Amino acid sequence: MVPESYYVALSAVLFSIGVVGVVIRRNPLVIFMSIELMLNAANLALVAFGQRFGNLDGQAVVFFVMAVAAAEVAVGLAIIVTIFRVRRRLSVDDLSVMRW
Amino acid sequence: MAYVSFFVIAAIAVGSALGLILRPNAIHGALFLVVNLGSVAALYLMLGAEFLAAAQVIVYAGAIMVLFVFAIMVLIPGKEEAGPDPRRGARLLALPVGGLLLLLLVFVVMGRWSGPSAPTGLSGSAGAVGRLLFTSYLFPFELTSVLLLAAMVGVLLLARRRA
Repeated sequence: MVPESYYVALSAVLFSIGVVGVVIRRNPLVIFMSIELMLNAANLALVAFGQRFGNLDGQAVVFFVMAVAAAEVAVGLAIIVTIFRVRRRLSVDDLSVMRW
Repeated sequence: MAYVSFFVIAAIAVGSALGLILRPNAIHGALFLVVNLGSVAALYLMLGAEFLAAAQVIVYAGAIMVLFVFAIMVLIPGKEEAGPDPRRGARLLALPVGGLLLLLLVFVVMGRWSGPSAPTGLSGSAGAVGRLLFTSYLFPFELTSVLLLAAMVGVLLLARRRA
């Protein structure tokens, strides 16, 4: 049985990769996918901690995180599609005002 | 044996995450993310969370990634992120910052790790998680349905033509 700390360490690595991805990329879709990567890393840590302390509450929270992530992806992609329709370009550096 | 499979799956997960953030093509990134989500599902199985492993494959790798791939197909035909980066210097700073964040996370989380692991043999089967969701977490569970409905209506409103 692999100790749970290994899973938490892996989740820290994945989370950091997600943070770097959010900062270095210019495409909002890739930034969005990096955010999904971070959510997944947090989920992995939740499951590992739940296993470590012997209760199922962590897994219930992961279930809710998945539901919220599904809703968030749908709304976020709709916003990106709407921005693309108005601007015809897709780079986060162009998006510096709230309305145009 | 468990160690070998853990390290193999962990290497796949880290490699695909790096592929996601380093490949210039967004569709490659989406496929890398699918691999990453699948390997995390395998890790859930190793942790005994069978229900979450199935939900991960169905919800994330299935539904969410299909949405992403659709959006990429609609928005970006071919390559993107060509041309020089106007903020290259600032973006290069991301690497040391990410490394520092990793160190911080490892120190904070691992520093508090005391005592041996309790071998509980916790079962994350659909029955056990479902019982918990429909007793202690009944109210948040019902709120989830409202959230999904609100998201659906919001997406319809946003994506409507001539909104």
